[in-house]
Amino acid sequence: MVEQVKEGVDQETVDAVRSVGERYKYGFSSDIETEYAPKGLNEDIVRLISEKNNEPEWLLEWRLEAYRRWVQLEEPTWAMVDYPKIDFQDQYYYARPSSMKVKPKSLDEVDPKLLATYEKLGIPLKEQMILAGVEGAEDMPAEGRKVAVDAVFDSVSVGTTFKEELKKAGVIFCSISEAVQDHPELVKKYLGSVVPVSDNYYATLNSAVFSDGSFVYIPEGVKCPMELSTYFRINAENTGQFERTLIVAEKGSQVSYLEGCTAPKRDIAQLHAAVVEIVVLEDADVKYSTVQNWFPGDENGKGGIYNFVTKRADCRGDRAKIMWTQVETGSAVTWKYPSCILRGDDCQGEFYSIAIANNMQQADTGTKMVHLGKRGKSRIVSKGISAGKAQNTYRGLVSMHPKAKNSRNYTQCDSLLIGDKCGAHTVPYIEVKNNSSRVEHEATTSKVDDDQLFYCRQRGMDEEEAVALVVNGFCKEVLQSLPMEFAMEAQKLVAISLEGSVG
Amino acid sequence: MTLPAQKQKATDDLLGAYDAPTSASRWANEAREAALGRYQNMGAPTRRDEYWKYTNPAALTAGIATENPVAPTDVTAFDQVDSLKLVFVDGRFDVHRSDAIQGVQINQLADVLAADIHACKDLFGELEARGQKPVHRPLAALNTAMAKEGVVIHVKGQLDRPVEIQYLREDPTADILIHNVIKLDKDASLTLLESGAIGARFNIVSEIDVPDNASFHHIRLQGRETQRAGSNHIFARLGAESLFKSFTLAVNGTLTRNETIIELTGDNANAHVACAAAGDGDFHHDDTVFVTHDAVNCESRQVFKKVLRNGATSCFQGKILVKPDAQKTDGYQISQGLLLDDDSNFLAKPELEIYADDVACSHGSTCGGADETALFYLMSRGISRDQAQDMLVLAFLDEAIQEIADETLADAIRGQLQAWLR
Repeated sequence: MVEQVKEGVDQETVDAVRSVGERYKYGFSSDIETEYAPKGLNEDIVRLISEKNNEPEWLLEWRLEAYRRWVQLEEPTWAMVDYPKIDFQDQYYYARPSSMKVKPKSLDEVDPKLLATYEKLGIPLKEQMILAGVEGAEDMPAEGRKVAVDAVFDSVSVGTTFKEELKKAGVIFCSISEAVQDHPELVKKYLGSVVPVSDNYYATLNSAVFSDGSFVYIPEGVKCPMELSTYFRINAENTGQFERTLIVAEKGSQVSYLEGCTAPKRDIAQLHAAVVEIVVLEDADVKYSTVQNWFPGDENGKGGIYNFVTKRADCRGDRAKIMWTQVETGSAVTWKYPSCILRGDDCQGEFYSIAIANNMQQADTGTKMVHLGKRGKSRIVSKGISAGKAQNTYRGLVSMHPKAKNSRNYTQCDSLLIGDKCGAHTVPYIEVKNNSSRVEHEATTSKVDDDQLFYCRQRGMDEEEAVALVVNGFCKEVLQSLPMEFAMEAQKLVAISLEGSVG
Repeated sequence: MTLPAQKQKATDDLLGAYDAPTSASRWANEAREAALGRYQNMGAPTRRDEYWKYTNPAALTAGIATENPVAPTDVTAFDQVDSLKLVFVDGRFDVHRSDAIQGVQINQLADVLAADIHACKDLFGELEARGQKPVHRPLAALNTAMAKEGVVIHVKGQLDRPVEIQYLREDPTADILIHNVIKLDKDASLTLLESGAIGARFNIVSEIDVPDNASFHHIRLQGRETQRAGSNHIFARLGAESLFKSFTLAVNGTLTRNETIIELTGDNANAHVACAAAGDGDFHHDDTVFVTHDAVNCESRQVFKKVLRNGATSCFQGKILVKPDAQKTDGYQISQGLLLDDDSNFLAKPELEIYADDVACSHGSTCGGADETALFYLMSRGISRDQAQDMLVLAFLDEAIQEIADETLADAIRGQLQAWLR
């Protein structure tokens, strides 16, 4: 086949674009003996998942109710994403490494193969002082670098580090399946209170079949002594991952939480439908950062993860603060809108996002800022980058309710197009129902500025380097709000995703 | 395809409100049948439709129009303008009150549809049908299928004065469908003015073809009739180097939906849509704009300014779609709400959908109350608070009025607005 090469684009660039799909460095799969629940979804599967997790009766009922509701729902089609219809019966809803049949009591008992997988991903599950692979981290003071990790492998949590140390501070950090056993009253009180079972198609599905995830509880007045993080890995084939994260920050507490995700390269698309619920009480401060790097599919759009995620934070007390930061580089299809409900007075919601879509990726992402309390402040900074044949959509809502007097919102969403086969779209909804609030929204779409590129080239950079630099500048506002460990990785991700996309 | 029960009911109810038009020539019958098919496939709008999220179309789709008493005629801003008047009374063209036809070919819709040959033959229903993708506009399809009245204007050169369409009312229950077709030849230009109370309920569609080098200016006054409920659709197609400018001044009305659908098909074309709206009390105003860039180096501007008080609601749904080959597009969109009290609502959805990389598109949307510092400044100069507020309101709306190219007409609009604010 003869390639149509545009004027000014050399064959090398075309080849580079073609090879970019092969560069996904987390695309290996681990040969781990896995046991599956039977394929497909029905009430028995829901019961089976519940039984595997040894759940109490009320939770099973909760799941079944969700399942019965889900069966009657229709898949939403409003997002600007186009993918073949998902056969929900052709999936495994539960996959567990066989070695996890008996839950290991400590990390020492975990199957070395599993540990090796995380090691390879750069997330060693040892209670070490630094996160490997972070340049420059060695020079940081030891205290500032501790990160506790909960590792979720397919449908189960493999282990959680620093549990004991956190316990001393009163912080509960464990998998949600453990929390159901050890802290049923907390789980019962908060589960589904931010994202109700009936919320949307994928959240309802998740409520029925969620298998594991993380649970965080920060008691009153406690500043969490270290960063918490969860690392999600899908390994098994044809398996969906449905994790559920619940974070409760009591009055005056403070926590920073990181989330990372990767999956092997496979020809068949896999489903990931997660729910994250965050309850932020009076004066509490929660920072939630995501680097989403699921397998994006190859350059022809084959394989990849379909990522349908519902994330929401409910600022229930006055002066509560929530900050979402996300770097979205992976997934074939992304459908994700981390939202803030500013219920208390003087609450603050922030959303910083970089979404990068290359090749055949499609991303439809954004946020909701729902102002209910007085004097709330919210800020949205969203940067979308499209390259190859990708489509990138920002979709967001800013709503000022009649009682949300003197509230303030600022929204900025910028899109960058690299190449002429991709698309960038903006769909903001702005609803203002009182006159003391101010809402500002602005958005621009442009291509990489020729003058800036020329300036860089003049100084001896090659075109790819120059684009990466300009793009990094464009993303800086978002990257700056990431915790240090992630900022480094994110910066590298921005470079990788754009390699070879000049043209 | 079957429609949901509620939608099917609304679809049938609305269709039942109008008598079928009498048979015309073959091409016209075919165009009407096709439009009826479109309408029945799409179904009447309901609140559940994405593009009716902010506006409840119930009053527009009810089987019977709500009675609306005839108010004393508003002063019209265009009284001083020397124009060629076309007068509709209760939605029917009134030959006696209209000016004699000079220098431009103006026909009644019914006559054109009955004729075998007409220069506008290929436009009727055509631009409306093109405008149905990707967003459905069922009310416009219904209009094409059922409208009996309207004017067909064919402009062949430069017109020395504007054409003014006046809508007068006598019957408090008139439920009106008007379908206008406006065709400009290459290099021709036309200024179209619209004013008047129209009817108890109305549904007006205008299909406007602006080919290469032609220019079209449009100024519309939607007056103070508080109980007005109606929809307007403008479907415009622009050729190379052409100019399209439309401005609307809207004051009150319980439900007004103004849709403007513009397709830029020739290089270097230029499209501006603007609206200044002042809403008081039971006011619901909806501007839905869809601009498609399908040629190189075109410019589009959308300027929407709304002042609202006493529980008035205004929405703006604007979209710029840039097709893959529409490089060098310059798209701009601004929507601003000024809320004078706590009960009013401003709802906006300014969308961009872009498939070309060498473009500059931006949109802005802001909303807030009157600037206390500016008010204080004016009051400290001895101006009363009410007066100061009026000044700020007029200044705020002026940005939209500035989109009118003709200074005389712009001043007429300013005068009208001031009179209405009193």
